[in-house]
Amino acid sequence: MDQFTTTIGQPNLTSILFFFVFITVTMFITYYAAKRTKTTADFYAAGGGISGFQNGLALAGDYMSAASFLGIAGLVSLKGYDGLIYSIGFLVGWPIIMFLIAEPLRNLGKYTFADVVAYRLSQKPIRIAASVGSLMTVCFYLIAQMVGSGSLIHMVFGLQYEIAIVFVGAVMICYVLFGGMLATTWVQIIKAVLLLGGATVLVLMVLYRFDMNPVHLFAAAQAKYGDKVLAPGQLVSNPWDAMSLGLALMFGTAGLPHILMRFYTVPDAKAARKSVFVATGFIAFFYILTFIIGFGAMTLVGQDVISGMDKGGNMAALLLAEVTGGTMFLGFIAAVAFATILAVVSGLTLAGATTLSHDLYVNVFRGGRAAEQEEVRVAKIATLCLGVVAVALGLAFKGQNVAFMVGLAFAIAASANFPALVLSIMWRRFSTLGAVFSIVTGTTLAVVLIVISPTVWVDILKNPVAIFPLKNPALISMTGAFFAGWLGSVIKRDERAESLYAEQKVRNYLGVSVE
Amino acid sequence: MKKDPDAILNSPEFKALVARQWAVSAVLSIIMLGAYFGFILVLAFNKAVLGTMLTEGLSLGIPVGLFVILLAWGLTGIYVFWANDKFDSAVNAIRQSLRRD
Repeated sequence: MDQFTTTIGQPNLTSILFFFVFITVTMFITYYAAKRTKTTADFYAAGGGISGFQNGLALAGDYMSAASFLGIAGLVSLKGYDGLIYSIGFLVGWPIIMFLIAEPLRNLGKYTFADVVAYRLSQKPIRIAASVGSLMTVCFYLIAQMVGSGSLIHMVFGLQYEIAIVFVGAVMICYVLFGGMLATTWVQIIKAVLLLGGATVLVLMVLYRFDMNPVHLFAAAQAKYGDKVLAPGQLVSNPWDAMSLGLALMFGTAGLPHILMRFYTVPDAKAARKSVFVATGFIAFFYILTFIIGFGAMTLVGQDVISGMDKGGNMAALLLAEVTGGTMFLGFIAAVAFATILAVVSGLTLAGATTLSHDLYVNVFRGGRAAEQEEVRVAKIATLCLGVVAVALGLAFKGQNVAFMVGLAFAIAASANFPALVLSIMWRRFSTLGAVFSIVTGTTLAVVLIVISPTVWVDILKNPVAIFPLKNPALISMTGAFFAGWLGSVIKRDERAESLYAEQKVRNYLGVSVE
Repeated sequence: MKKDPDAILNSPEFKALVARQWAVSAVLSIIMLGAYFGFILVLAFNKAVLGTMLTEGLSLGIPVGLFVILLAWGLTGIYVFWANDKFDSAVNAIRQSLRRD
């Protein structure tokens, strides 16, 4: 089992077959969804007709990207235990969404989190500021996904990078443009089931060789590579770095626009809570699976082969699929990875388009007065534009190291979106100026600090020493955003907003308007 | 329903509802934050502890990590269980009384 020749990179018949089945099924769904997508509520929120369990799967689908499937499995295969630390960070934000954000988001908003922030503050400045935060989060996340998808498809199928990017962009635009949230949700659900199912089968095939006992698998890895693979390594060394990354992951999840807008696709608060519980369970299960897949690849494929194909270890899960299940199983897992990419970029594009049409066009340019059909049309134009921009960015960043952009997206979400959301819900004195200060400060600090941090300044721009010492800026940018929110609210009070606080709070808890 | 929001806000029932929801959210959040940042701080200051081998193929860090993952899920479960039962009935009771007045 030491060496084997892989067929990764050659056209794979099973893969192409599975992939065409996926495209055909999802296009049919999009066709039916298009017939049922007429109003803004349909386009943005699938008419509120998704069940709690379905939405939970879709939330999990939005969160389990190809980057986390292939990336974390790869990280585990090369670094061992450190990969688990990384996954845990991505999971712990979910309980926070549930405890602090879920109720008010559901009761005060309609389609976006900016609805909540702008509930009692001045619409225009808040919508503009919140849109900047949202769009930056979506764009950085999208660039990371697009570039990742282009390289992945190139590596797995041998398809040219540019063709892969254009293809992903075109299919994604079809889903969102015609099928809106309903189609996007079902694409997400199908992908989540395929990914969880595929990963489970892969884990069973690995464990089959180790008496169905993960400890025997870990012991084999330990025998081959030493105790160090089961112990924490270099990932967390500096406590400040660790705290900062932890804050970004924990509170960033609660500020991701494409996740937050899913709270409006279910009929009531009960279903919304249930969907977070279901999503957290599936994501937890998925991270446990990727940990075992990583160790399986380390043991059965070998670290030399994995890092020989891709420095970051991104091919670990695919190589393992080939070793355990042959070319056919490799084809299946590769098709699942491809489906995952399509689903995640669709969710992001829909969130971005909603911000452009609902927050910016309707509530800023049209002062909140736009006809239903006009808003749907604008949302569709926004989808098309954003899709084209995503393809352009994917092409522009070809060959660049964009892995840091996911961390940046989480940092912006934790610094620009989360503080404004929390302060607007909990603090009566929070004023329009405070909210604008908070969002602008959070976004600016997150972007500027990451550029001068070791992540970009040293690793990408190749300077010898970083100006800002932490790898993730959230510790400073999030604290800064809370401080700026307080400062702005003290400088300029907002009496109208303060007088509306009682009404907002009643609605926040009772879910009904009393006036 | 036409009602003065300030009157509702100051009613004992509403105050009790807010206090209880806040207590549950705060306690659960603190447990989660404590567990996660506790884990991170152990990693930062004394990572050798988590590398302790319990048996062949199992270091202390693996069950600890698994515990944090399951805790995150378990806590969301506790919240849903509480909110969909106790919290929602309290909310409905207040809504009913508002409708009667």
